[in-house]
Amino acid sequence: MSDIVLKTENLTKRYGGVHALEGANFELRKGEHVAIMGDNGAGKSTFVRQITAVEQRTSGQIWFDGKEVNFAGPIEARTAGIETVFQNLALADDLDVPSNLFLGREKVLFNLGPFSILDRKYMRKATEAALVRTAVKIPNLSNTIRHMSGGQRQCVAIARTATFASKLIIMDEPTAALGVQETAQVENIIRTLKANGEPLILISHNMRQVFDLCDRIVVFRRGRIVANLRKESTDGNDIVSYITGAKTGEAELAA
Amino acid sequence: MSQTSHGVGGVSYDAKRRTWPAEFNVFLALVILVIVFELIGRIFLGDSFLFNTRDNVAGIFNEARLQIIILQVSIVGIIAIGVTQVIICGGIDLSSGSIVGATAMIAMSFAQVATVNGNPNPKAMFLAQGWTDLPVIVPVLVAIACGMLAGLINGSLIAYTRIPPFIATLGMMITARGIAKWWSKGQPISFPTDSFAAISTGSRPVIIFLALAVLFQLILTYTRYGKHCYAIGSNEDAARMSGIKIPNHKILVYTIAGILASLAAVVLCSKNLTAQSGMGVMYELDAIAMAVIGGVSLSGGRGSIIGTVIGALIFGVIISGFTFLRLDAYYQEMVKGVIIVGAVVLDQWRQRMRALRA
Repeated sequence: MSDIVLKTENLTKRYGGVHALEGANFELRKGEHVAIMGDNGAGKSTFVRQITAVEQRTSGQIWFDGKEVNFAGPIEARTAGIETVFQNLALADDLDVPSNLFLGREKVLFNLGPFSILDRKYMRKATEAALVRTAVKIPNLSNTIRHMSGGQRQCVAIARTATFASKLIIMDEPTAALGVQETAQVENIIRTLKANGEPLILISHNMRQVFDLCDRIVVFRRGRIVANLRKESTDGNDIVSYITGAKTGEAELAA
Repeated sequence: MSQTSHGVGGVSYDAKRRTWPAEFNVFLALVILVIVFELIGRIFLGDSFLFNTRDNVAGIFNEARLQIIILQVSIVGIIAIGVTQVIICGGIDLSSGSIVGATAMIAMSFAQVATVNGNPNPKAMFLAQGWTDLPVIVPVLVAIACGMLAGLINGSLIAYTRIPPFIATLGMMITARGIAKWWSKGQPISFPTDSFAAISTGSRPVIIFLALAVLFQLILTYTRYGKHCYAIGSNEDAARMSGIKIPNHKILVYTIAGILASLAAVVLCSKNLTAQSGMGVMYELDAIAMAVIGGVSLSGGRGSIIGTVIGALIFGVIISGFTFLRLDAYYQEMVKGVIIVGAVVLDQWRQRMRALRA
């Protein structure tokens, strides 16, 4: 149990009569990179939203970092150490890089409520450290996000997860909107995270990317986990047949 | 992309990507405007707009004109400081002019002298209660309380009922104007105490305006409040996901705007020695115009108090320039309208060019 970072049991979410997620049993071990695949509407994002408490689950249990958790909202999940890179980025376009990394949890020199003075020097230093840790290159820290390319923005969003002592990083299609070179850049960052032993859940449609970056692949179909396969014991065709429903039934990990 | 970049990160400073602050362009516009008036003056009137041409006055610059330029914009400028914060935060405040009217009436009635030329003050509303000759802090605090209340109502409406800021503050604009008229049944209130009148003697409105501008420029740049203003204005969803308490922040922003409008009211009625229910009409639009000319983006997230101050100066230069050229006030308004639209068009064009270069 000790090396399991995240575990869900019978995680279920219904929107009215729609069963978006049905009895998902999932485990993630320390340093493991797991891909979540599946068709649109298969329940991938719903699954992530329950873990990060953006939505409240209908039933089921979640253990994180050895404890059973009931996050009231995304802030609590983040404080506990679950960092998410959202599909729609969640960056403030008109702020510079350090401000975005520390958005909502600014480091202050002394506390005066809303008028607390920001510790800009510390935040700049911490930002540079985070960029080095995640191997993200940014031309100029003071540039606003508005003036950055899609790849640079995604890198900032990823660097943001590394600014704080995160225990689990979740990425929701981080390269969906990126070009070839930018995708390579983001994938390099993910490799750096792997080298640093940081666990990751990666939602992706890109088969090559998944086989490149992840240890294990979990396939969702119609709200259920239909496959849980080690990378070495499967191939692209196998995954596709699970995604499309040509193969059914929960495929257990090959022992 | 080469694999050598793997594992190496950090900042690679690229000087070519460096951009000068947006305020610089606004300042440039101000300088050009002054030069235009100077040239027109020299060529057509044989007089200088900026420099001192009289022998009986010392100094290089025409200080009287410079003072007038700043003085006449300082009162609306105080409002514009609050409006700037509201707009940066992605909102709009149409109520500030009416808050000035209502606050001026209410504050003035707490700043009354007991006797005028030996007779009881005919304008004093609270003569019977003996609330006259009060220390100056009383009307000022009353004013701040009024502005605060109006701002709190604005902010709460916007934060909790989720109605557009345009509608919420439009309602407050009409209601506050009603209050201004109802307070003394439409009668003007005059005869303030000497200490109240002293608030706006000489160039004190300018000092108050600039002090507030410096204060809020520092707050916007160096505090969590300022950072959150820009964050909410540029991407409200991102701000929410980052854990910023958006309702609280919005209430605070509109409250600050209300307080600044009430301070403008104090300066205004202390300068005029009277309060009328029609005070501050159109001030909200002038304040918005100053902010927009100063480079504050109406879609939120961009702008600064420095920009707004320069925007206010452009406003002042136009008004005093037209007076200098002995043109009618009608032309002033026409040109003002053109400049506001022109400033927004220019700003958007500049943003597009920047986006293309990035």
